[in-house]
Amino acid sequence: MYFGFKDISINYGKREIIKDVTIEFPKGKTTTIIGPNGSGKTSLLKVISRAVTPVRGEVVFNGKPLKQYKLKELAKKIAYLPQVHNSPSDIDVRTLVSYGRYPYKQFGRGLTRYDNDIIDNTIEITGLKNLQNRLVETLSGGERQRAWIAMTICQQPEVLVLDEPITYLDIGFQLEVMELIKKLGEEMQLTIIMVLHDINFASRYSHYLLSIKDKGVYSYGDPRKIITSGKLEDIFGIQSQIFEDEKNNCPFIIPEKKRSKWLTLGN
Amino acid sequence: MNKNGMRCFNSSSTYKITLIIVLFILGFIAMIASVCLGTMSFSVKESLHGIFVNDDSAARLIIWNVRLPRTLSGGLVGICLALSGCILQGVMRNHLASPSTIGVTSGASFVGYLTLVAFPGYYHLLPIGSITGGFFTTLGIYLLAYNKGVSPVKIILSGMAVSTVFSAFNDMIRSFFPEKLANATGFLVGSLNGVAWKNLIMILPYALIGILLCLFVPSKMNILMLGDEMANSLGVRTESFRLFLILVSSLLAGAAISVAGLINFVGLIVPHIARLLVGSDYKYLLPASIALGYMLIIICDLIGRIVLPVGEISVSVVLSFVGAPFFLCLLRNKEAK
Repeated sequence: MYFGFKDISINYGKREIIKDVTIEFPKGKTTTIIGPNGSGKTSLLKVISRAVTPVRGEVVFNGKPLKQYKLKELAKKIAYLPQVHNSPSDIDVRTLVSYGRYPYKQFGRGLTRYDNDIIDNTIEITGLKNLQNRLVETLSGGERQRAWIAMTICQQPEVLVLDEPITYLDIGFQLEVMELIKKLGEEMQLTIIMVLHDINFASRYSHYLLSIKDKGVYSYGDPRKIITSGKLEDIFGIQSQIFEDEKNNCPFIIPEKKRSKWLTLGN
Repeated sequence: MNKNGMRCFNSSSTYKITLIIVLFILGFIAMIASVCLGTMSFSVKESLHGIFVNDDSAARLIIWNVRLPRTLSGGLVGICLALSGCILQGVMRNHLASPSTIGVTSGASFVGYLTLVAFPGYYHLLPIGSITGGFFTTLGIYLLAYNKGVSPVKIILSGMAVSTVFSAFNDMIRSFFPEKLANATGFLVGSLNGVAWKNLIMILPYALIGILLCLFVPSKMNILMLGDEMANSLGVRTESFRLFLILVSSLLAGAAISVAGLINFVGLIVPHIARLLVGSDYKYLLPASIALGYMLIIICDLIGRIVLPVGEISVSVVLSFVGAPFFLCLLRNKEAK
């Protein structure tokens, strides 16, 4: 197995959130996890970042469980961007991006010329050149997200894990960030695993979709196979129309009606 | 554009380094002033003579036996408290944290008291007692407030509660065993009055180890500031690193307390002043805190010694009078920007 989950089960206290999930993420492809709120998507990602410890099972990378790697070795292979980030208020973009070189840092040494080349290059390809001396807190939401993504790219990872990378952004920045992720994925041949709530973005920017329901994998595969009105009704309890986006060559949906105990939408 | 950008970036770090060097020079000047000035003032030349030539002159007695050890110990105490506060603010990810606000000082002095009462003849055990007390108090408060990340409010509240309990114990010990505590004046009063070479030598090893350990901290600390999840995925073992930091900060705070007692405020305001001056990058923040902590205590002690015609005001009192308004001004200016 290149990268994936093996029989993972996650509990929060006594409540079981995820049960016996096994999935392998295809190398060099983008896989997006979708599912209702509280279905355990983020928890699955947090197992990768070790913020959540599964009660059973393990995450596997290159045939070995993550536990058998040194943390710093892992940080050179797998980069992770949580949904909410903290940063000191007075840090500039370039400094933030440079933190991505931390796993490569030799003890007692600063950034090498090679590190600085990587940082320059990353800043270039993420379009941050004009922003590199700005303080992160003065950036707009979309620019800030780009800076954080640049930091993870500086780790030169093989696997990039993103938790809801576009959740707080307006539609323009959503598009921009998704295009950036796509570009980076292609240029660096990254294996990308992310959680998205927007089904249309998920469909358009992913090679594979993974839907989570009832503590386990509900369906997995090509977006065309996952985005059908029957399956979406099962996962989200919605009725929807599915159309073909011929330009982007992917399905897109218009939600129509939600099955709900307390509210009736549509007719 | 890139070239221009790079120059900007470099100049800001040059600016910070220059500022830190200036702070160290000011600290050195403060040290000279502290040795020269007092109830009896000497010129710099006389002071140097007093330091390096061992005759039985009055100058030699005052400068070598009283002022120099007092100044050096005060400076060391300032460095320790400032570093300790700096690190604690990072560990707790809370700008209100400091050895005094989260109860470390009271815990440290409690165990210090116990040590003095239990082993009255073994004064040199005092720092070990204080450090142990500081460590377990910090750890306790951290664990009390920890629930998938540390809540800032919880830390301060549990720190205050723990502090109150220990202060009560301290008062009890003071009233029940006054005779056994007679040996450790500075420790009891929160002052540098009467601090001599033996006190400096007593805490020097602990303080030096603590300061040396701080050299390993800055870049990792910057990563920790990005949050546990981010730090983890950048290869920092957050839990063990935090424990290490708590240990270092207790070592520093405990060492300081065993000489100078409860000097509040330094551990809180110095990191703030340093942050206002050089920003929150720990590579600059720690050296700036060292210089400022050193300078602040020496200056406040000096003021306490010379402001009254007879007698002196303890350094902790001066710190409160001088430090608090200064700090408020800085905060206000920062807001205005």
